[in-house]
Amino acid sequence: MHAVEKILAKASGTGSPKTGEIVDVTVDFAEINDLYLQTIYSFHEMGGKTVWDSSRVAFVFDHYAPAPTIRSAQNHAEMRAFAKQQSLVYHFDTDAGVCHQVLPESGLVYPGMVLIATDSHTTTHGAFGAFGTGVGATDMATILITGKLWLRIPEIIEIRLDGLPPQGTMPKDVILYVMKKIRSDGAVYKAIDFTGSYVEQLDVAGRMVLCNMAVEMGAKTAYIQPNQQVLDYIASRAVRPYEEQYTDPDYVYAQSHVFDVSGLSPQLALPSNVDNVFPIEEVPRARVDQGFIGACTGGRTQDIRAAWQILKGRHIPRGIRLIVIPASAEIMRECMHNGYLQDLSEAGATISTPGCGPCLAAHEGVLAPGEVCITASNRNFYGRMGSREANIYLASPATVAASVLNGCITDPRTVDMGVLA
Amino acid sequence: MKIERLAPAFVFGDNIDTDQIYPGCFLELVDPTEIGKHCFAGIDPDISPRFPAGGIVVAGRNFGCGSSREHAPIALLNMGATMVVAESFARIFYRNAINLGLPVVVCKGISKVVLDGQQLLVNLETGIITVKETDIVLQGEKLGDHAMHILSAGGIKPLMLQQTANMYSASN
Repeated sequence: MHAVEKILAKASGTGSPKTGEIVDVTVDFAEINDLYLQTIYSFHEMGGKTVWDSSRVAFVFDHYAPAPTIRSAQNHAEMRAFAKQQSLVYHFDTDAGVCHQVLPESGLVYPGMVLIATDSHTTTHGAFGAFGTGVGATDMATILITGKLWLRIPEIIEIRLDGLPPQGTMPKDVILYVMKKIRSDGAVYKAIDFTGSYVEQLDVAGRMVLCNMAVEMGAKTAYIQPNQQVLDYIASRAVRPYEEQYTDPDYVYAQSHVFDVSGLSPQLALPSNVDNVFPIEEVPRARVDQGFIGACTGGRTQDIRAAWQILKGRHIPRGIRLIVIPASAEIMRECMHNGYLQDLSEAGATISTPGCGPCLAAHEGVLAPGEVCITASNRNFYGRMGSREANIYLASPATVAASVLNGCITDPRTVDMGVLA
Repeated sequence: MKIERLAPAFVFGDNIDTDQIYPGCFLELVDPTEIGKHCFAGIDPDISPRFPAGGIVVAGRNFGCGSSREHAPIALLNMGATMVVAESFARIFYRNAINLGLPVVVCKGISKVVLDGQQLLVNLETGIITVKETDIVLQGEKLGDHAMHILSAGGIKPLMLQQTANMYSASN
């Protein structure tokens, strides 16, 4: 059996569920973000009175942090009132950050668990050896009442990544390269297991980037067997005991895709689909108006450091914006402590407080018609970050920083590291 | 739930993501009627007002990909759509739709043979889809037992309402 199957078997009390079988799994933690007030409405519409376990449910206010409109402030107020009335043990208000960063930092994500959240990017938590998947508001409301969710046991595909890419190529480039081949619907309903020598040496943040983008191939969940760095991260934080699951040595994947990432160039997804990917050498040096480094894909310390290395001691041209948003308060403090935010601010970046930011045009940093944005976030769909007539390029934080510095799409490997060299 | 439905089609292409079905700028709305007014506003704000009452949304591959926002099926239902037939669906959208009682049918080739406004006859039990104007017949995939069970009840809310009534009366 695969580790993912073992997690679901344990959570559903079934011995060895078959692919395609529908099982009822017990949920270890359920998270609701601030787009999903409907969860509370559905909870009441379904006759819910009390949540099944007040220590296993939390709200995270990240998409509207801090509230930009009266309506969103009202949504927050209704959620806060529900959290208080239900005596929820954990609560993450507008000071906390993006749910997929805040939950692991708070020790609520650990190997072998089932994590369900009202967010498609819940696949991120495969980076911790957990089963994570996204649901909508009404599925979430059934969990709040029963503590359970029906799931179909997914096919599991292997994406094996071997080799080490050169400096200047980041985990985001690697996953964009994978998406070019797998395509945006290549893993619908499936679980993706990332393996190979590249993955084995990858740090926590890099693993989160790969698993985060798995949903952009349609995947139900993603998984990476934890390495020592992941286990150390969890050991210092986990709020509950946990049991890591391992894939049996004789397990046979439904499919295996093998990639060699040695020598891989930075990659970009061109407007307006996530799998419209090209190596930077083949991308015209288009003008950019705005860069964004942040969100659940590109707002970690490693990402902000990559931008800092390129921009420290320099200044982005007048009229071009760079928005930098640390994914959580912990990351923001680390980046302040290290001086990254000070230097980026001096370089002309707009620094904003933790949250999802411009990724989904819910509030700050929206795009005007005709504008071009290069972003370290996860989606370049039409209208995703504002006007439908804006163009969005997905790239690594290093490529975003190099591009805003030059005002056009730029290979970060061509930028002299200046004072840091 | 009606097993057979005859209604006009409204046809879209591949990869219609949930940002196009329901853009991020409207996510703070909670009133279903309001939400319905902005259905497909990410493509064209005029689609919702002119969508034929009771119409069937027809699309290509990967309909509903992207965000897990339940606003997408809420918007479709409140715009007046009664069904979505697509070549394939993204997973979370599919679940959300079934949960809300919106039938979703997988049918290979459908987006190539139907034009806007043509009448589609869809049988949910057999999966057979007929384009009335051209007499083209396609075999869609039958819905699974689990999905049919939820749809027949009118969505997961009525089912859960029964369950909570039993749960809370048993604990009293």
